[in-house]
Amino acid sequence: MNRVQKQSQIAIIVLKAIAGFVVLILAFLIGYIFITGLPNVSWKFLTSPAKAFSSGGGIGVQLFNSFYLLILAMLISLPIALGASIYLNEYAKDNWFTSMIRTSIEILSSLPSVVVGLFGFLLFVVHYNFGFSIISGALTLTIFNLPLLTRNIEESLASVADDQRQGGLGLGLSKYETIIHIVVPAALPGIISGVILCSGRVFGEAAALIYTAGQSAPALNFGDWNPFNIDSPLSPLRPAETLAVHIWKINSEGIMPDLTQVSSGSAAVLVLAILIFNLSARYIGRKVFEKMTSMN
Amino acid sequence: MQDQKLAKQLFKKSKTARYERFGRFLCLCALLLIMAIVIGIILFIATKGMSTFLKDHISMKDFFTGTLWNPGTKTPDGHAAVGALPMILGSFLVTILAAVISTPFAIGTAVYMTEISPKRGAKILQPVTELLVGIPSVVYGFIGLSVVVPFVRNVFGGSGFGILSGTFVLFVMILPTIVSMTVDSLKSVPTYYRQASLALGATKWQTIWKVVLRAATPGILTAVVFGMARAFGEALAVQMVIGNASLMPHNLISPASTLTSVLTAGMGNTVMGSMQNDALWSLALVLLVMSLLFNLLVHFIGRKGAFSK
Amino acid sequence: MQFDTNNHERFIYHFDPEENDIDMQTKDLEIYYGKNLAMHQADIQFKKNTITALIGPSGSGKSTFLRSLNRMNDDVATVKGQILYKGVNINQPGIDVYEVRRRIGMVFQRPNPFAKSIYDNVTFALQRRGIHDKKVLDEVVETTLKQAAVWDQVKDSLHKSAQSLSGGQAQRVCIARALAVKPDVLLLDEPASALDPVSTSQLEQTLRELKPNYTIIIVTHNMQQAARLSDYTVFFNLGEAIEYNKTRKIFTRPKIKLTDDYVSGNFG
Repeated sequence: MNRVQKQSQIAIIVLKAIAGFVVLILAFLIGYIFITGLPNVSWKFLTSPAKAFSSGGGIGVQLFNSFYLLILAMLISLPIALGASIYLNEYAKDNWFTSMIRTSIEILSSLPSVVVGLFGFLLFVVHYNFGFSIISGALTLTIFNLPLLTRNIEESLASVADDQRQGGLGLGLSKYETIIHIVVPAALPGIISGVILCSGRVFGEAAALIYTAGQSAPALNFGDWNPFNIDSPLSPLRPAETLAVHIWKINSEGIMPDLTQVSSGSAAVLVLAILIFNLSARYIGRKVFEKMTSMN
Repeated sequence: MQDQKLAKQLFKKSKTARYERFGRFLCLCALLLIMAIVIGIILFIATKGMSTFLKDHISMKDFFTGTLWNPGTKTPDGHAAVGALPMILGSFLVTILAAVISTPFAIGTAVYMTEISPKRGAKILQPVTELLVGIPSVVYGFIGLSVVVPFVRNVFGGSGFGILSGTFVLFVMILPTIVSMTVDSLKSVPTYYRQASLALGATKWQTIWKVVLRAATPGILTAVVFGMARAFGEALAVQMVIGNASLMPHNLISPASTLTSVLTAGMGNTVMGSMQNDALWSLALVLLVMSLLFNLLVHFIGRKGAFSK
Repeated sequence: MQFDTNNHERFIYHFDPEENDIDMQTKDLEIYYGKNLAMHQADIQFKKNTITALIGPSGSGKSTFLRSLNRMNDDVATVKGQILYKGVNINQPGIDVYEVRRRIGMVFQRPNPFAKSIYDNVTFALQRRGIHDKKVLDEVVETTLKQAAVWDQVKDSLHKSAQSLSGGQAQRVCIARALAVKPDVLLLDEPASALDPVSTSQLEQTLRELKPNYTIIIVTHNMQQAARLSDYTVFFNLGEAIEYNKTRKIFTRPKIKLTDDYVSGNFG
């Protein structure tokens, strides 16, 4: 018996070591990113345009593009994901049609993002002739985002107690009215959390954008907010390299002398942004929940 | 006895009923849109990918067994140099190696989180896992480039680029995926299994090894397959450290390539409609088919398992 | 009064056909869950401005019966037979079920206030129908919360979330919410089962005060409550209406032995 007990103790120590090792890996990664990267991040870095050949370039345009694409992609995917989740959670019956739909969504979510990007390239850049542009990138990101967002919203809807729906129906409301005016508002904390979490994922995505939003970031005239002008930041037809794509690009073909600094600074900004997204998803979700059910 | 006015009121289709039909239809459209997108993706890529064989008349045998990838030229023995074998092998190698290294660490971490120290598991390891998942792949690629490649170069020799570096990078990338799914399947093993085992006098480790892990095996297998699918489809992080040489991988430390790395690097350099470009789309089709196969594998395991979620 | 002893022992009270104030009535009502018969043919009449209690052990089908009265069973069960609301059969195709539910309101077992303010809970259905005039809404809020006997407790905090109220208060807000659409009939499915005794007796008093203006049908597993509260009682068992009579008679001189066993506490 003693041998077996000793084995057990050793095994437990090994397990603790493994877990500790994993924590160390993360600590190393985060540490490396921030320690090498943050010193390179300054206000100038965050706002000035990139320089291809000389040092001192920043990520201003790329940062703007990342946010612009994120907001557009979310605006487009939210209604679609909401409609799809509502149908799946409230209307769909347990039949072959529903299974088929769920399987397609699963397939979509398991596609490598580079494949989604290539599809976006085929459809938006080439076939619809939008070229490398914001609109191609935003639509491709929407496709990339839909499965996870749909699943998140579906879970939020499912977590709303059924007696809320019964209450709405009992007052003479239709199922759809009940969903829109009672269930969705009640599921709002979860939906908001889901949106913010998906935003983090979209913000860091690059493979889907390399061949849709493109790899170039032409100078933008931040004084001109007319979306119809090609050098306006809001113009949807202009190519738009994002922060994540920028990191990839300069590490593949970059020749500026301060390449490493720009890289590490960009990586730090990117990871910081995603961290903020992840933390605020939880925090904001909780805050909304408290406001909805409390003394206010 | 019927009140006619009342009857009329009750029979009229109210605005509510019309709104209901409209709303439900709208939601159905959204759902069908998603399905249309999926079908569209499969159709588009399949069509483009098959054009290499149908339009450019490359033989499938050349594609799948040829070892020279230089579309547009011919191999010494007269075949079209459209051999995808180096990339297919490269993809499989990094995937399998990364899975082999990652799985023990992942299972160990998951077991720690659920069996040894659930409180610390929830407080520390859960956020750690979520953070690891949240780091975007370009950043993993960047760290691969600046840390892993020099490390491999110094310790193992060679240029530092190659399958080994790819494996190390993917190892960290798929670790959190396998951990979180394994945790889910460990948590779904009923508590009385553990209690019964301990009551019979087994040690904690014996319980974990012989009872819990055995019961959670289908779920763990699913987790590993998911991790492998992720590794197989990972593009940028791998492309940045693998060296992108379309040669048959002959050792772990010389530059190689994967399906994703060639696709990422090559798509911008070829002209739409050319044979070189079509050949790349065939690679994309292989990627698509593999991801569908991984999906199928997960379903297959899931159906045979008893406790997977 | 008629004896109705087809099949096996049952006794169903029928009102004088001359009386013209039967608000609700079921004729040959049968309810199926899939292939399982959950309610045998039930022929019950509900007189206007009375309280009728539906009693019986768990699984006797009383809730199923209740929920058919406002077509709330549509998604889960097949309901055959006639349900007459003021003489109109509402269990037929072509009937606008939403309109039905506005006239036949329901209060549920567990209080289910929406995640909105008390004010918005009560006015919710009205706002959905396009009534936004603040004066009108304010008046409805005050009237119905007074009817539900909770006005004094919440009048200063109408914009608080209704989900922050105690069980008893929340249930009364749910009653006010149901009253706001001005139904004729009020269906209550064990409304006090999740409440403490004090709230329960307050709720019962509220129902008594509502009786002159509403037809109330209440499912309860609490026989004493049925005895205190109702004018008529239906005893269900295993999916059948066994006996329906004036409450006093059910509890003091039931005609069917099964009823007698139940109200004496011999089973259930």
